[in-house]
Amino acid sequence: MNNTSKQTQKTLWKCGKCGGELQRGSVKASYLGNDFVVEELKCLSCGLVLITEELALGKMFEVEQSLEDK
Amino acid sequence: MDQDELKKQEAKCTQENPPSCTAGCPIHVDARKLMLDIQNQDLKSALATLKKKQPFPGIIGRICDHPCEDECIRQEAGTTIAISALERFCVQNVSEIKTKAGIIPPKSQTVAVVGSGLRGLTAAYDLAKKGYKVSLFEKEDHLGGNLWSFPEAQLPPEVIVEELSVLNRLNVQIHLNTAITRQDLAKLQEEFNVVYLGLAAHSKRISELLGEQSSIDTVTCATPLPGVFSGAFVGNNSPIKSVADGRKAAVSIDRYLQGVSLTASREGEGSYETQLFVNTKGIIPLPAVQMSDEPGGYTSEEAVQEAGRCLNCQCLECVKACKYMQEYGSYPKKYLRQIYNNDTIVMGMRHGNKMINSCSLCGQCAEVCPRGLDLGETCKATRESMVSKGKMPPSAHDFALRDMAFNNSEEFALSRHQPGHNSSKYVFFPGCQLSGSSPEQVEKVYAYLTDKLSGGVALMLRCCGAPADWAGQRDLFQNSLKVLIAEWESLGKPQLIVACSTCHSMFHETFPGVISLWELMADLDLPVQGAVKSGSKVAVQDACTTRNEPHIHDAVRYILTKLGCEIEELPYSKERTKCCGFGGLTSFANPELAKKIIEDRISESTTDYVAYCAMCRDNFASKGKRTVHLLDLIFGTDLDKAAIRPSVGFSYRHENRAKLKRTLLHSLWKEAPQEKDVAYLKVNLQLNERVLEIMEDRRILIEDIQQVIELAERTGRKFINPNNGHSLAYFRPVKVTYWVEYQPQEQSFVVLNVYSHRMEIVEEGHE
Repeated sequence: MNNTSKQTQKTLWKCGKCGGELQRGSVKASYLGNDFVVEELKCLSCGLVLITEELALGKMFEVEQSLEDK
Repeated sequence: MDQDELKKQEAKCTQENPPSCTAGCPIHVDARKLMLDIQNQDLKSALATLKKKQPFPGIIGRICDHPCEDECIRQEAGTTIAISALERFCVQNVSEIKTKAGIIPPKSQTVAVVGSGLRGLTAAYDLAKKGYKVSLFEKEDHLGGNLWSFPEAQLPPEVIVEELSVLNRLNVQIHLNTAITRQDLAKLQEEFNVVYLGLAAHSKRISELLGEQSSIDTVTCATPLPGVFSGAFVGNNSPIKSVADGRKAAVSIDRYLQGVSLTASREGEGSYETQLFVNTKGIIPLPAVQMSDEPGGYTSEEAVQEAGRCLNCQCLECVKACKYMQEYGSYPKKYLRQIYNNDTIVMGMRHGNKMINSCSLCGQCAEVCPRGLDLGETCKATRESMVSKGKMPPSAHDFALRDMAFNNSEEFALSRHQPGHNSSKYVFFPGCQLSGSSPEQVEKVYAYLTDKLSGGVALMLRCCGAPADWAGQRDLFQNSLKVLIAEWESLGKPQLIVACSTCHSMFHETFPGVISLWELMADLDLPVQGAVKSGSKVAVQDACTTRNEPHIHDAVRYILTKLGCEIEELPYSKERTKCCGFGGLTSFANPELAKKIIEDRISESTTDYVAYCAMCRDNFASKGKRTVHLLDLIFGTDLDKAAIRPSVGFSYRHENRAKLKRTLLHSLWKEAPQEKDVAYLKVNLQLNERVLEIMEDRRILIEDIQQVIELAERTGRKFINPNNGHSLAYFRPVKVTYWVEYQPQEQSFVVLNVYSHRMEIVEEGHE
């Protein structure tokens, strides 16, 4: 149930500021002095970057944890 | 922790010491492992266990005089395990016993072994296995010496022949019908690098061969003649001691030929007393399993049953008592090494971080350990080291430390003399958790104290600093304590009365006069009479921070008795009590483990619990255990309601504390409480139970959500789902980015989901 809603949300979110569609684009991320560039959904004109729940609690959390133990 | 400290701590853990059977065996056969092999009906493995130490298991398994059995701990609950009979069972029933020679890199040095009794045979076997060129001289026409005097039924001749055939496979040169005289000995000395006289010490034969020079070093088996060794054990009445004697000589000969010390570190050889602690309390006594056919030995079923009586001797006292110790599948000696490695690693992953941060620091291990090993002390010192090196994972304690900052902020912190007083004889310090969980009880206690005590009872609201101490943040703790001391001094250094055991444990060194509320109340009249139905039974959860405070345990029980309660003691209580999962910030660093700790503790009794720590009460209640706070009993609140009152979430703890301060300022000191004037506090939220649970799990506060929504609505920076009208927005106050999915509804916002991450996304604005 959650999965379907997540998947639809992923495609359905629009930029609240300009109403534009979100597109994949490179984004700078940083944690504990480590910088990387990742591909995420964002509003190309306003710069807003979408971090979904799945990403925040999944992959991103894993990376945070391993950087904390480095 | 440096190397010396590590070794000192490691030495306290006896778990890796051998069981008493192994230590008592002159050649240290692992009988404990053997018993497991038999229980698993794995005779191949059983034989391997024997072969690891025994040179000729088929022989020794049938004739051993088993000094191990005298040492067996089973005697304390029944009779000693029939280890010898079980060895016999193994060697009689295993399909193939033949010992393979294996591939040995040959050495050029030569050894002559005189005599083929168990000493000579063992030395020849051990030295040949090391690659030496061994020649064995026997005066009779067959090998084995005294082995032939055992009854055939016990030791069949074909077994002797078969077992000793391994010497041929090891290329031992066997010279039968060759008696060695004193003259021959001189020749052997010339011909061989070493000569071993495999004969009992002080025997007639030894005197004949060595003459007046027959004194033998009992540690090394060396004789006064260079390169000549002999038996150091007197007599031939113990087969296993003869084997051990031959082995001891083989060790010396090997060292002699390699040119190293004969005497260094030989303490572990032969029988000794083990340091392994084994608790036999509560073990049901069992007699030995009888053989249905005595001469034939144990049947398979009987053997499994008899081996099953083995206690599988271990210490593990702390592991049995503590969920944290169980969590990582090992025991302190191993953990100490892991912690040390984690702390000293220069490059690479610190896999032990979570383990180090998961300990409750409650001191139970030190209490149950026969040698007082306190793993928590090491964990705490290591946390301090991690903090000082900048290697403490921020996610472990960040939330708890922010909670502490809140409790020491203007929102909660307060110091006042009792209304109408300019000085204070006492100061009541309720602590932040009681204030967060039951602010109304703080009010009641304060009213009670000001009523009962004269000389002025001041009130001090703030945090004792425990979260900083537990997190290894020494500086933060010291700074917090400094402020607290200054406040206390400004009140005229009154005697501290604390309601929280953790505060007590943090204060007792700095404030020697500190007294627990329970000790004080035990000496005063209680506020309400007859609140408790006489004879109501309660099981006492002693707070882990009172472990070394027997006077608090006594005071609590005295109050309970006075209230008419019948007291049940939990299996682990008073100085052996268990932490509720909050201590040491376990529930922040490892919430999954904290849950297991709570489940374990509440399963100890079906009786309602009474706690005198607000965190213990809330943690147990959060998992459905009926638990009242001691204050519920003292003030006669509706006990049925109190027992099932749910735990108070993080957000409401903040709110309760802030409200408590405002209420008291208003009602007692007639001061107009200052309301915080920030825009986001005006954001009205609708939170259902599901969302509240998510917030609790993910440690997200109402305030965090309010800030996200306020910013998003003010700036329009958010995402919109046109299909359902949901908004999704984020805000990063400091180190954590909070995301909220919500929907405006009239004058408020329905919160649908919340989550967070610590990684920072750097946005490039295009506005």
